[in-house]
Amino acid sequence: MPVLAEAQADLRLDAGPLDYALLAIYFAFVLGIGFLARRSVSSSLDFLLSGRSLPAWVTGLAFISANLGAIELLGMAANGAQYGMATVHYYWIGAIPAMVFLGLVMMPFYYGSKVRSVPEFLRRRFGKGAHLVNAISFAVAQVLIAGVNLYALAFLLNLMLGWPIPLSVVIAALIVLAYTTLGGLSAAIYNEVLQFFVIVAALLPLTLVGLHKVGGWQGLVDRVTAGPGGSEQLSAWPATELTGVQNPVLSVLGIVFGLGFVLSFGYWTTNFAEVQRALSAKSMSAARRTPIIGAYPKALIPFVVIIPGIIAALVVPELAALKAGDGSSGIVYNNALPALIGELLPNGMLGIAITGLLASFMAGVAANVSSFNTVFTYDLWQDYIRKDRPDEYYLRIGRLATVGGTVVAIGTAFLAAGYGNIMDYIQALFSFFNAPLFATFILAMFWKRMSAAAGWIGLVAGTLAAVLVFVLAETGVVDLPGQGASFVGAGAAFVVDIVVSVAVTAVTRPVPEERLVGLVYSLTPKESRRHSTTGEDAGWYRSPLVLGVGVLALTVVLNIVFG
Amino acid sequence: MAHKAGLFDLRLVIAVLFGIYGVVLAVVGLGFTDESDLAKADGLNINLWSGVGMVALAALFAAWALLRPVVVPDDADAREGA
Repeated sequence: MPVLAEAQADLRLDAGPLDYALLAIYFAFVLGIGFLARRSVSSSLDFLLSGRSLPAWVTGLAFISANLGAIELLGMAANGAQYGMATVHYYWIGAIPAMVFLGLVMMPFYYGSKVRSVPEFLRRRFGKGAHLVNAISFAVAQVLIAGVNLYALAFLLNLMLGWPIPLSVVIAALIVLAYTTLGGLSAAIYNEVLQFFVIVAALLPLTLVGLHKVGGWQGLVDRVTAGPGGSEQLSAWPATELTGVQNPVLSVLGIVFGLGFVLSFGYWTTNFAEVQRALSAKSMSAARRTPIIGAYPKALIPFVVIIPGIIAALVVPELAALKAGDGSSGIVYNNALPALIGELLPNGMLGIAITGLLASFMAGVAANVSSFNTVFTYDLWQDYIRKDRPDEYYLRIGRLATVGGTVVAIGTAFLAAGYGNIMDYIQALFSFFNAPLFATFILAMFWKRMSAAAGWIGLVAGTLAAVLVFVLAETGVVDLPGQGASFVGAGAAFVVDIVVSVAVTAVTRPVPEERLVGLVYSLTPKESRRHSTTGEDAGWYRSPLVLGVGVLALTVVLNIVFG
Repeated sequence: MAHKAGLFDLRLVIAVLFGIYGVVLAVVGLGFTDESDLAKADGLNINLWSGVGMVALAALFAAWALLRPVVVPDDADAREGA
């Protein structure tokens, strides 16, 4: 197909020696951090949880950087190009409230109970059933998603620089493997913070040049209004295009309940790859501040991801044609960000931009791998296979799990390379596990009567409900275009989980109360939910409540000004 | 607990990386930018301006790291405000 080949050649970036040199400097720093972090690893807790020693600004930036992976960055720019400003809901509705909720309401139980992982919380609260369901599904999900991330990275390298896909997969995996095996979670987190700044350093100039090109903000508004999407694409509400729901009231409900409440709360508050960053903080106060500090940059990221996406649909000729209904160039919306980079940045900044994209991909893979090894070591190996060994043994298992997880991820990447659609299915599959988890956790933390059997039966029933909605939408039994199917699926999972959990609890015995101290709200003394307010935790600007209210206010203002 | 206090300061790592990036980009922007580079970025010397911005970021992190160095406490309870 000559058309496709031509389109791919269009995306080839004109990278010169200078750009490769800037990329090489970055890799040297990434590996250097791995070696330096190694010196501070002397126990399995150091390796898998950074010895619970990191300051809040570090864990806070790592918290959002871990999520700023390939699919996020390219996908959100693509949504910006296709749907316009409605994409901001993924940030302002779909992330900020959940992050504040995690910090203010749930973190006291996570951090205060000294669990080392999210599945471990379920084991202490419900025993083995819910623990096994969650630990296994999480471990499998993380390895497969790491593979999908790796493949997306290799695909982009192939498109932009012409590197063969197998070579890119292996090189990227080896770099992530090198620093995570050496320095463990500390190296992964430190690199995530570095990655955050490189990503911003790449995207901010890109956005500014893009805005200059379209004639400033007013120029952007004028050109989008005159374009095929019309002025509707400049307002975030009611987002009928995004949800695929024509009725504006139902569309807003779908956004607020489906995306804002169930999907995003499920993801941000129970996904261990995220929560792990907060668990590595050095104090209760720092742990509570972690997601809230992360929420501030998260609220502003749309400006350097979605805006470039919108600009790309205006200034990249092939994308503008695609949006007008002419897809003959073979370009897809997912190429919006790399296409804009190729269009606007000269050598030098081009190197920074390529580095930023690669950094973001590796951040995603590293977050998957470093949360996988912790769950594998503590929740699967230590709990079910080899108990009561000395700590050095588990440190070694942690390192081996990192290697093993990366090898499986490479395999998944090649699988994804062979069957393109598999990526979509893997992602859909794992969104099934997240949606009901939030329901189970809320009941677990605030309802002491909830029984052990209700823990795992609720999870399984909720997951099945999401699968059912997905299958019905895929086979066309119910008609839900756009993102509607995942919003409705998540909502169904949530409701079914609650109903089944309550019903099962009614006919089974409760967990003895003395086992639930520190895990359930009403059985945890107020003192142990408090955080210290002295020393490095002193000052009003370090209060999680003040910071949390602040970022919610910022989000409301952003919604009013740009919504 | 025989914990090593060998935590390096991430703020200095960030300062050094962006110091290098900033200086390289600024030099490229000042001395090695031709008309076609300028035309690509719509007339902006984006290398120069990004370079200046990165040097400023590096200076901020260096200043923060120097003004408030990491205090390594002997144990978790004996922590002092930095």
